[in-house]
Amino acid sequence: MRKLMLTVAAVLAVPGLAAAQELSGTLKKIKETGSISLGHRDSSVPFSYIDDNGKVIGYSLDICAKIVEAVKTELKLDKLDVRLVPVTSSTRIPLIANGTIDLECGSTTNNEERQKQVGYTNTHFLTASAFVSKKVKNLKKIDDLKGKTVVSTAGTTNMKQLVEANAARNLGINVMSAKDHAASFLLVELDRADAFVMDDILLASLIASSKDPGAYQTSDDAFSLPEPYAIMLRKDDAPFKALADKATSALFRSAEGAALYAKWFTSAIPPKGLNLNVPVGEKLKKAYAAPTDNPDPKAY
Amino acid sequence: MLPDIDFNVIARSLPYLFRQGMSFTLTLTALAALGGLLLGTLLALMRLSTLPILAPLATGYVNLMRSLPLVLVIFWFYFLVPFVGQVILRADRPVEVGAFASALITFTLFEAAYFSEIMRAGIQSIPRGQLAAGYAIGLTYWQVMGYIIVPQAVRNMLPVILTQTIILFQDTSLVYVISITDFLGAASNVAQRDGRLIEMYVFAALVYFAISFSASRLVKSLQMRTAIPR
Amino acid sequence: MNYHWNWGIFLEPSPEGIGTYFDMLMMGLRWTLVTAVLAWIIAVSLGSAVGVLRTLPSRLGVGLGDAYVEFFRNIPLLVQLFLWYFVLPELLPKDLGNWLKTLPNASFWTGAVGVGLFMSARIAEQVKAGIQSLPRGQSMAATALGLTTAQTYIYVLLPMTLRIILPPLTSETLNTLKNTSVALTIGLAELTARTRAMQEYSFQVFEAFTAATVIYLVINALITVVLRRFEKAIAIPGYVAGT
Repeated sequence: MRKLMLTVAAVLAVPGLAAAQELSGTLKKIKETGSISLGHRDSSVPFSYIDDNGKVIGYSLDICAKIVEAVKTELKLDKLDVRLVPVTSSTRIPLIANGTIDLECGSTTNNEERQKQVGYTNTHFLTASAFVSKKVKNLKKIDDLKGKTVVSTAGTTNMKQLVEANAARNLGINVMSAKDHAASFLLVELDRADAFVMDDILLASLIASSKDPGAYQTSDDAFSLPEPYAIMLRKDDAPFKALADKATSALFRSAEGAALYAKWFTSAIPPKGLNLNVPVGEKLKKAYAAPTDNPDPKAY
Repeated sequence: MLPDIDFNVIARSLPYLFRQGMSFTLTLTALAALGGLLLGTLLALMRLSTLPILAPLATGYVNLMRSLPLVLVIFWFYFLVPFVGQVILRADRPVEVGAFASALITFTLFEAAYFSEIMRAGIQSIPRGQLAAGYAIGLTYWQVMGYIIVPQAVRNMLPVILTQTIILFQDTSLVYVISITDFLGAASNVAQRDGRLIEMYVFAALVYFAISFSASRLVKSLQMRTAIPR
Repeated sequence: MNYHWNWGIFLEPSPEGIGTYFDMLMMGLRWTLVTAVLAWIIAVSLGSAVGVLRTLPSRLGVGLGDAYVEFFRNIPLLVQLFLWYFVLPELLPKDLGNWLKTLPNASFWTGAVGVGLFMSARIAEQVKAGIQSLPRGQSMAATALGLTTAQTYIYVLLPMTLRIILPPLTSETLNTLKNTSVALTIGLAELTARTRAMQEYSFQVFEAFTAATVIYLVINALITVVLRRFEKAIAIPGYVAGT
């Protein structure tokens, strides 16, 4: 009887779902354990980071909270235990696959290659890959990096773009990798690396929160078209993805979604009351009006 | 040039460093040492047993663990343990293993290889006559081992076991590579957030030194006292 | 298991544009070996010197040697590498610090020296124990022959000691090799780091880690076989206790 009611509820709640289907995959796991695990980052401001009190906050976390809410309603749970698991660029994909985390609420680029191992819900941001360096070094174009030491965060698409550009343009760059974005930026700050290749939005927030924001500049050249960020989830788990897609697309289309964007990108954010001042661009506006999980940058 | 040093940053982050970081490090060290010693003793008994398969199996395991860098083992287990849990528990999905549990399993399994070498030497140091005497009064193999041989081996090997535990305490800092917040992870978080590398890393070094050094002094004095008079 | 296996991955080109993923791991192995060799040379030479210092009839020498060993033994290797890599250049005079930072392959030099110093403390322990295990008569006989302290060490004590401590030295050699992997935290592209990079580029976690495991096992086996032969060849007749 209970199962029947659940099924009915599921059909009512998510019209896209196949009728009379038993719970499977992540939803079944959440139902059985009464808990959901969210992966988060240390220093992906403003998407997913830790504030002064050790609290995990950010735009991606707020989006995930919406998905968690939808899961709770869907499964008719009175209480859903939310566990936060720190991940890095290099651990996030294996940890989704091995079940340690159910959703990755970070700053993860959705691309076709990664879709071989993981799935994504709707795009929540678009960002291009650029590099930051100290102004005194006068590095603006990708070709200026010839023979320099350049760092990127291990496990990112940016790292891959850097090594590909290095090989394609024969730049002879000494490529270094660091564990997370804060560590990568630190190498530039300490002059251990000449430049740091990363998504431009993350670079902007790293510069803004650095000790001397005036000392840094981002490159004129980009390594890529703006690429989509999305919350990552397990591959081949259609019911869970359908639920996440529904929750995020409802959010992005609503006034609440716009307010959430404003909260993180055009207002002061913790810990230092920094305002990133990045209004919604045309392409992103389109992506919010018609939410999509398309990994192709050209589609935006 | 002397860079500006801010000792305040240490004072401000003390609660975070110790309550979150050091308590993680110490709990992990204590539990992994205990688990490693238990499993290590079992492995040592397997290696000394005359049953076929058991000895080569245990030897193979010990040699495998001792040949691999801990960093590699940490990565392996962090990704692998949930799948192994799935197989063991016959679950229909990978078992969710938290960061602490994952680290604990990794260090227990890794250190067991080192503890087993210590325990093997300890067991072999007990005169064979004791084993024979045990059998003579009707005890089984496991009773002889459990009641007579192993307790003496542990006592004889205590200083070496504790020294290995100090090494384990230092090795736990390597969970840094999977972004778990142990003592060093906490120090490094503060260092990066506030741009205070020098202060935090020097402080971390001092704390590790103070703990390891005093612990090894204690072990040395223990060694003097428990040494078998010759 | 929710995993897409692909053992053919090693033959696929890596995104770095210079060869396959297999070549990438081999380049990592090269860094591992080069770092281990340099670290080992530092560890054995400094370790022997400090070990000798700690057996000299000089309070100052013994004190300095003890302090050296305690310092390097009681701080985790990872923290030591951070000290050398991040802290040291900031404390040095500016020019020297900048020179250190812009040194080509700075991670390699820091890693090799850092691991070398860390291991030297352990080797110093072995050397000290080895010297003290020699019968006192040997150094007395040397003194009676009119040898100076230096001559006693060079001609009598050290040749004996180094042959006695070879078995523990073998295992410290393997430890040196394994410890080079910690240098990935300061950006050294050694085998474990390359394995992780391969995992990140290709998402084939288990294939990459399996390959690294096999490579480490093979290298360990090779070193062990060679050193055991060497041990046998130079063993002191009538000495060798057990292994």
